[in-house]
Amino acid sequence: MSETLTKKDFKSNQDVRWCPGCGDYAILNVVQGVCAELGVHKDNVAFVSGIGCSSRFPYYMDTYGFHTIHGRAPAVATGLAAANPDISTWIVTGDGDALSIGGNHLAHLLRRNVNVNLMLFNNEIYGLTKGQYSPTSPVTTRTKTSPMGSIDRPFNPLSFALGCNSTFVARTIDTNLKHMARILKAAAAHKGASFVEIYQNCVIFNDGCFGEMSDKKIRDDRSVDLIPGEKMVYGNDGEKGLRWEGGAIVRCSAADAAVWDPTGSAAAAFAMSTLDHDPEMPNPLGIFHVVDAVVYDEAVNRQLDEAVAKKGRGTLKDLIYAGECWDVK
Amino acid sequence: MTTPTDIGAELPLQQAETVVIRFAGDSGDGMQLTGNQFTTTSALAGNDLATLPDYPAEIRAPIGTRAGVSGFQLAFSSTDIHTPGDAPDVLVAMNPAALAVNYKQIKPGGLILANTGNFGKNDLKKAELETNPLEDGTLDGYRVIAIDINARVQEALKDSGLSKKDAERCKNLYTLGLMYWLYSRDLKPTEDWLQKKFGEKAPELAAANILALRSGFNAGDIHQLFQGRFEVPKCEDLPAGTYRNIMGNPAIALGLITGAELAGLELVCGSYPITPATTILETLAAHKHYRVTTLQMEDEIAAVCAAIGASFAGKLGCTSTSGPGMALKTEAMGLALMTELPLVVVNVQRGGPSTGLPTKTEQADLNQAIYGRNGEAPIPVLACATVSDAFECAIEACRIAVEYMTPVILLTDGYIANGAEPWKLPNIDELPKIKQKFAVAKEGEEFLPYSRDEKGARPWAKPGTPGLAHRIGGLEKAHLTGSVCYDSENHEFMVHARAEKVAGIRDSIKTPEVHGPAKGDLLVLGWGSTYGAITESCEALRRKGKEVSQMHLRHLFPLPHGLAEIFANFKQVLVPEINLGQLARILRAEYPGVEFLSHGRVLGLPLSAHELAGKIEGLLEN
Ligand SMILES: Cc1ncc(C[n+]2csc(CCOP(=O)(O)OP(=O)(O)O)c2C)c(N)n1
Ligand code: SF4
Ligand SMILES: [Mg+2]
Repeated sequence: MSETLTKKDFKSNQDVRWCPGCGDYAILNVVQGVCAELGVHKDNVAFVSGIGCSSRFPYYMDTYGFHTIHGRAPAVATGLAAANPDISTWIVTGDGDALSIGGNHLAHLLRRNVNVNLMLFNNEIYGLTKGQYSPTSPVTTRTKTSPMGSIDRPFNPLSFALGCNSTFVARTIDTNLKHMARILKAAAAHKGASFVEIYQNCVIFNDGCFGEMSDKKIRDDRSVDLIPGEKMVYGNDGEKGLRWEGGAIVRCSAADAAVWDPTGSAAAAFAMSTLDHDPEMPNPLGIFHVVDAVVYDEAVNRQLDEAVAKKGRGTLKDLIYAGECWDVK
Repeated sequence: MTTPTDIGAELPLQQAETVVIRFAGDSGDGMQLTGNQFTTTSALAGNDLATLPDYPAEIRAPIGTRAGVSGFQLAFSSTDIHTPGDAPDVLVAMNPAALAVNYKQIKPGGLILANTGNFGKNDLKKAELETNPLEDGTLDGYRVIAIDINARVQEALKDSGLSKKDAERCKNLYTLGLMYWLYSRDLKPTEDWLQKKFGEKAPELAAANILALRSGFNAGDIHQLFQGRFEVPKCEDLPAGTYRNIMGNPAIALGLITGAELAGLELVCGSYPITPATTILETLAAHKHYRVTTLQMEDEIAAVCAAIGASFAGKLGCTSTSGPGMALKTEAMGLALMTELPLVVVNVQRGGPSTGLPTKTEQADLNQAIYGRNGEAPIPVLACATVSDAFECAIEACRIAVEYMTPVILLTDGYIANGAEPWKLPNIDELPKIKQKFAVAKEGEEFLPYSRDEKGARPWAKPGTPGLAHRIGGLEKAHLTGSVCYDSENHEFMVHARAEKVAGIRDSIKTPEVHGPAKGDLLVLGWGSTYGAITESCEALRRKGKEVSQMHLRHLFPLPHGLAEIFANFKQVLVPEINLGQLARILRAEYPGVEFLSHGRVLGLPLSAHELAGKIEGLLEN
């Protein structure tokens, strides 16, 4: 398959049905472009999703696709990857899909380090079921099921992923297309489970929940991009920075900023992940954590190869006529 | 039915047709091992046999208590037998708890071998016994042989170099030796097995165990413990062929591997441990050189989903579980049905509902299998009748799954799972072929993932196939294109298409045979593991000159063709089941003119052939 594909080749013939203005459009657009740039043929790509607005994604990609059931995409994708590690497997999920009903599967996908690229579209709301609070909604979120404000303390998706021993953890946002493309390419290049949280605006039920991060006027002041090997600098004029002091992250001038290294211990990444919703601190985007580890689906198949090499490919005769047999005449 | 064996006879060697022995002791006493060794040796001696292990639900129940009793019942015979027997001829009781739990089931006049080494005051207390049943008259009417096996093992192994504690652990082999003497069995198969098990790593353990076995055997001879010795000749009724001993769960596992091979596919099993299904996963995990992938997932939902993912990828996905796990898999089975992917779901039924009786057997998940999903969700259901039938049923489940692109539920149960029997090995060349081919792109033709072949099956296009990129999912699909479609006419069309596809499976299955007269007053109709008890009771009654017929269903959904015609030949149809009449109710709805009677017991035990025979006789007399 040497033909080069363009972004258009990854667009399916289905009409896209998200609400006008939904952040999902931007993500779809970027993913189609990234796929074309990756040079992987669409016949070797599969998108697997759960249930939610976000999980409609596979229908719009002209690749193999599986719109599964609520929360279970990681489990289906694990089976797919184990059965055919050569397929470039992507998971699309929402904050409810991944972190409430599917929280268990997500944790296990990450700790197993299955070779998939997982995009968690976080809009801090249940979109498809019309706007109930989700496990990422901040406390006091008012919805029809929480008329006096939500009580449950939210998950921080990145802290969760880091706690699961993830080997690649990153965050991007639907309003910064270039950033998103860069992060998704890095995720695709990583061998193992790549976890990417994408801040996604739900115009209908949670409009503007990442407003500060999206507003061009203030976003550079309110967020910092964690770029491996570069100084942690932010601010409208790039004048501010972050550095470590006594094990904590503190603000400083750009000149004093520390260089970001996502390949070390997960503790630094964890500290970074907790800066979300802190009014005093910029909220980090970028690559939080990257380490190498055994890739599950490869190891599963390696064991098969080793068993065949050691014992020889089993035949039905060996299988059935095994153990102590006797003849009745 | 077993033939009574007259233990008291003074004959040195007496022929017996069928003998039922129950080994019972504390969980730590090695009774399962002892029973399994007796089974293998008897199989190699050419007997027909059937076994019934009975494990305690707790792994480490307090030592010496009734809750900790582990049992293994074995029937071996010179004739064709179908069940491990209702009432044992011999009980081996390694402690008072084992005796207390089991003695009532022994045949009147039966033999009880008790290990007095464990009948101290404290042992009796742990077994909640005020007085010693060996002395207080409890066992009047039985022949009791009371010996201190603990002391005898110590004596036999005093020069073995083993510690006292280790020596005592050989007492099960001493006991086995005694029973080998009593039933004139060859020691060699067990000696070979011990060599293989311990030989290289711990030669001293191999030697000590073999010595214990031989000492037990010799004790039978020397001490004149028994007044006679028995011989159960080789079974001449077994059809000619090569045999091996097998248990139900491994038979399922081998059947799944074989089914996948016959279809030219690789098997992927997603599973999560649960009693009594776990050994299917364990057996599959030991067969990686067949390119069998086992994924031990985080729960049953993930397990079935991983299997579905594997089937999407072009391998044959399967999953093994028991009732509670089955409940968790429900939604995903609907997904497999909607996406029309092959999937084999094995439910090793246990006592329910909820956690129920994990180590006991039951057939109460039939309704769940046939009806337990949202929407119009037809999934083919089959059930295995015996341990060796489990192998064939697993292949049949793979065939249906692959040829019809559908999930299939295979029901088995705890009794089949843990039971063992001689398995007549199939001729490899005569195994059924499974037709399977993956879709490939056709020049100038649009790929239609929801087009159907003559059987109603859709094409299976695996990721990586050039030109066939397509999307599937749980939302209703448009006929042919498979696009998401909310159109009401299309929905009704698709509901029918799925139902007709599954109903059409009956064109590929045989009408089951009637055993006994083709016409008459009573047909006994069974499914699943009650086959042995039903066969045994019907055969016994026919030998007594009663007219009773028998038929057994492998396919429960859809039901095979031709049943109405068969039922029309009988006044009544009796349906014995280990539930409250689930199949009977289904049949009443399906064949309204037929009188179905239900015989349902839910004791956590296999049906009693004896009790069933009584029920049938009663019906025949009326
Ligand atoms: C088993 C099951 N329970 C509930 C639902 C209903 N449901 C569908 S999507 C959803 C929440 C989706 O929220 P999220 O994952 O955040 O996705 P979004 O729509 O916001 O993209 C719920 C509760 C379902 N489809 N299946
Ligand atoms: S409800 Fe929200 S998340 Fe869903 S499509 Fe509309 S805008 Fe997007
Ligand atoms: Mg959401």
